Amino acid sequence: MSQSSGSNVAANNAGVWRAHLRDYGMLASLLLIMGFFEVVTGGVLLDPVNITNLILQNSYIVIMALGMLLVIVGGNIDLSVGSIVGFVGAIAASLMVYQKIPYVPVILLSLVLGGVIGAAQGYFVAYAKIPAFIVTLAGMLIFRGLTGNLLLGQFVGPFAKGFQSISAGFIPDFRDFGLFVAADGEDQFYWLTMLIGIIGAALLVFVSARKRMRDAAASMDLEPSALFIGKNIIFAVLVLGGTYLLAWRKGLPNVLVIMGALVLLYTFITTRTTIGRRVYAMGGNRLAAELSGVRVERLTFLTFVNMGVLAGLAGLIVAARLNSATPSAGNSFELDVIAACFIGGVSASGGVGKVMGVVIGAFFMGVMNNGMSILGIGIFWQQVVKGIVLLAAVYVDLSQKSKR
Amino acid sequence: MSIILEMRGISKSFPGVKALRDVNLAVQRGEIHAICGENGAGKSTLMKVLSGVYPHGTYEGEIVYEGEERRFARIADSEHLGIIIIHQELALVPLLSIAENIFLGNETANSFGVINWGEAFGRTRDLLAKVGLKESPNALITNLGIGKQQLVEIAKALAKKVKLLILDEPTASLNETDSAALLKLLVGFKDQGITSIIISHKLNEIAQISDSITILRDGATVETIDCRSEPINENRIVKSMVGREMSDRYPPRAVQIGAPLFEIRDWRVDHPLHAGREVIKGINLNVSRGEVVGIAGLMGSGRTELAMSVFGRAYGRNVRGEALLDGKPVDLSSIQKAIRSGLAYVTEDRKSLGLVLSEDIKNNITLANLPGIARRGVIDDHAETRVALRYRELLNIRSSGIFQKTINLSGGNQQKVVLSKWLFAGPQVLMLDEPTRGIDVGAKYEIYSIINQLAAEGKGVIVISSEMPELLGICDRIYVMNEGRFVDEMPAAGATQEKIMASIMRQYGVAA
Repeated sequence: MSQSSGSNVAANNAGVWRAHLRDYGMLASLLLIMGFFEVVTGGVLLDPVNITNLILQNSYIVIMALGMLLVIVGGNIDLSVGSIVGFVGAIAASLMVYQKIPYVPVILLSLVLGGVIGAAQGYFVAYAKIPAFIVTLAGMLIFRGLTGNLLLGQFVGPFAKGFQSISAGFIPDFRDFGLFVAADGEDQFYWLTMLIGIIGAALLVFVSARKRMRDAAASMDLEPSALFIGKNIIFAVLVLGGTYLLAWRKGLPNVLVIMGALVLLYTFITTRTTIGRRVYAMGGNRLAAELSGVRVERLTFLTFVNMGVLAGLAGLIVAARLNSATPSAGNSFELDVIAACFIGGVSASGGVGKVMGVVIGAFFMGVMNNGMSILGIGIFWQQVVKGIVLLAAVYVDLSQKSKR
Repeated sequence: MSIILEMRGISKSFPGVKALRDVNLAVQRGEIHAICGENGAGKSTLMKVLSGVYPHGTYEGEIVYEGEERRFARIADSEHLGIIIIHQELALVPLLSIAENIFLGNETANSFGVINWGEAFGRTRDLLAKVGLKESPNALITNLGIGKQQLVEIAKALAKKVKLLILDEPTASLNETDSAALLKLLVGFKDQGITSIIISHKLNEIAQISDSITILRDGATVETIDCRSEPINENRIVKSMVGREMSDRYPPRAVQIGAPLFEIRDWRVDHPLHAGREVIKGINLNVSRGEVVGIAGLMGSGRTELAMSVFGRAYGRNVRGEALLDGKPVDLSSIQKAIRSGLAYVTEDRKSLGLVLSEDIKNNITLANLPGIARRGVIDDHAETRVALRYRELLNIRSSGIFQKTINLSGGNQQKVVLSKWLFAGPQVLMLDEPTRGIDVGAKYEIYSIINQLAAEGKGVIVISSEMPELLGICDRIYVMNEGRFVDEMPAAGATQEKIMASIMRQYGVAA
């Protein structure tokens, strides 16, 4: 008896390890691929200038992937997000450039517009019960076409400094208040950014340690302590290293702050709120969720509204980054966003997926894009490589699962 | 008589669990050999080893079939030798015809893959005649009842020239008439030299048709009973299965019926697709506090449809009629309102309607009452964990912990998770649809005890069941349902299976 329970405990521990390794396997492969490109690009990848670029290029993919996570986990798909990015960008640009409307109301209006588009599509998916693939394929065509009609093949811009700063701006630093200003001829180091990094890393460790102690007190299942410590060290080093590099550039980009806040918000929504829990239940078993009192139609509708708002935000960021609206803005973004979700371990059949996974998936794609561009690999070969990586990632994920 | 199959010293492990340890099974040619055991005893695992679902090399021990040691690498290898397994969940394609299903993967095609439909239909007709199914080979599976679908599965096995037929819970979802027909068919197969292995929880059927019975407990063989040399009855099997005498299969209960609690009057429901076609035709039902009411009836009599239409109109259209809770009219127009008013419905089909299989025990238990563990929409992890731990202990859910995925639980434990979910929702009226289908004697007893407990707390319980002894054993009052109507109502004391069958049959003008 004691023997069998002993082997059970061992097997359980092995199970816990395996489950966590699956989670951190993705992080490990991201670090690996970053290491790889850092070496083959001769150190360009982790250059502060390039780090800033990498964040700017990926921010809108990450932001949309957060919405896509909820859509896919809920058992649907949204193919229209790339076109919404283009359309919202075009409307915002027209309002600011032609109608001379100040950028603050335009930003709010654009987010509402994204939400309305999401609501329209959500209506057809949730209440008219048309498959999401069809509805959003139609949306993809419609909004891409409307963007073209609106812009008539032209670039609309430039925008006010304030609007551009969504993408191109950085948070103010001590230097702006006359503190820690570098002497002429010396590189400026942005101390506030570094300080935020240090506080962030400390908070990260503190919060996860406190949660672990509380969980232990409530005798919940804990991950092995070696893994816990290792994980925290890696995260802390990543945060500190990242902010250190950024501090040698111009400090924290505004868009990174927006993205970081959204990542935290959606982590909270998916893991701690009833609405998040219901989305997962709905995607896992729609009928069972419905019979348990989950309003699946309304919930499906809301996931699309949410996706629309985030796509609208991404549209603003893209327009601000390019300093103009273009007919092709957002082209094929939906593919990058969906790929980020699947690389990040989201199940295509719904019910399974994590924010952290999706963020890592998005950066995985981003690092590959960026690294291959630095190496001068052609855009078409990049697509081939990305396709192979997507297939390989899901293949590895599924074959690990079936091994259990 | 010769031995067709011998499995020697079979052991099979999964991570953390030893599912089979040194199991031996010997099956005589042309017999019906039953395998009995509680849920998790290893019956299905043993059959998966035999049929090649778990290929050679993933288990220990040897399989000798038709005098030779066999090492199956895949299911096709065992099927090739005439070993056909019919799973509990039928594997038919609903939108294909009977003929297409029977020859699926085994088509009557020439070497270019072109199907000879004439031959397929002709052979299908012969096969359907053999299993006694009067349907056109063209009929779509989706239009057949579950009993007929089971017969199509058997016809499919016959088409593959079956020698050893394995049936996993073949009668679990069949009504008494269909079950009897199926069992008769199996007995008939003996004359044609077809050997059958049957896994079933319905011990009366086992006792009735088996030639030998092998009993498994905790992954090991307990014994093989030769029914030709000793008289066999259910108690004999139960005793061997659970390792102790089970004198009473229904826990005792002190009945204390209180005030009327829930009532529906002249309840009428139309078919969800065909407006105007009534499926439920004017039902009156009431249940009092502390009362357990049963609904008996054949498959397709409308019992599930009734329960689901009451539960927030989850079934049908044009739901009409009055619903009263504590004597006051109650709005049951949506599932949310039904739950909030204090109704709970434990579905018949726990896998597709009851559980989110990709989620763990904890998340399933709290799903119907998330506000109960959350404040302003934010879930309190620790409160949730406490709730899950409490129900795990209360209902004795056997699992590695509350974070175990429900897909990995046995049927009885899955059912306990579903029950926990509804208990946590804090209902006044519970509707339980086939609450013990496909689960073992021990777990059934536990579920009956929970029902008794609920009644003792003053709740009203409505039990739908196809197993009449169960209704007679646990209910205070029984409604008999047929073709969308209640055709009879009787106190359980004094009722008998014959009496219930008689009221159903009276409908058809058959003298019982």
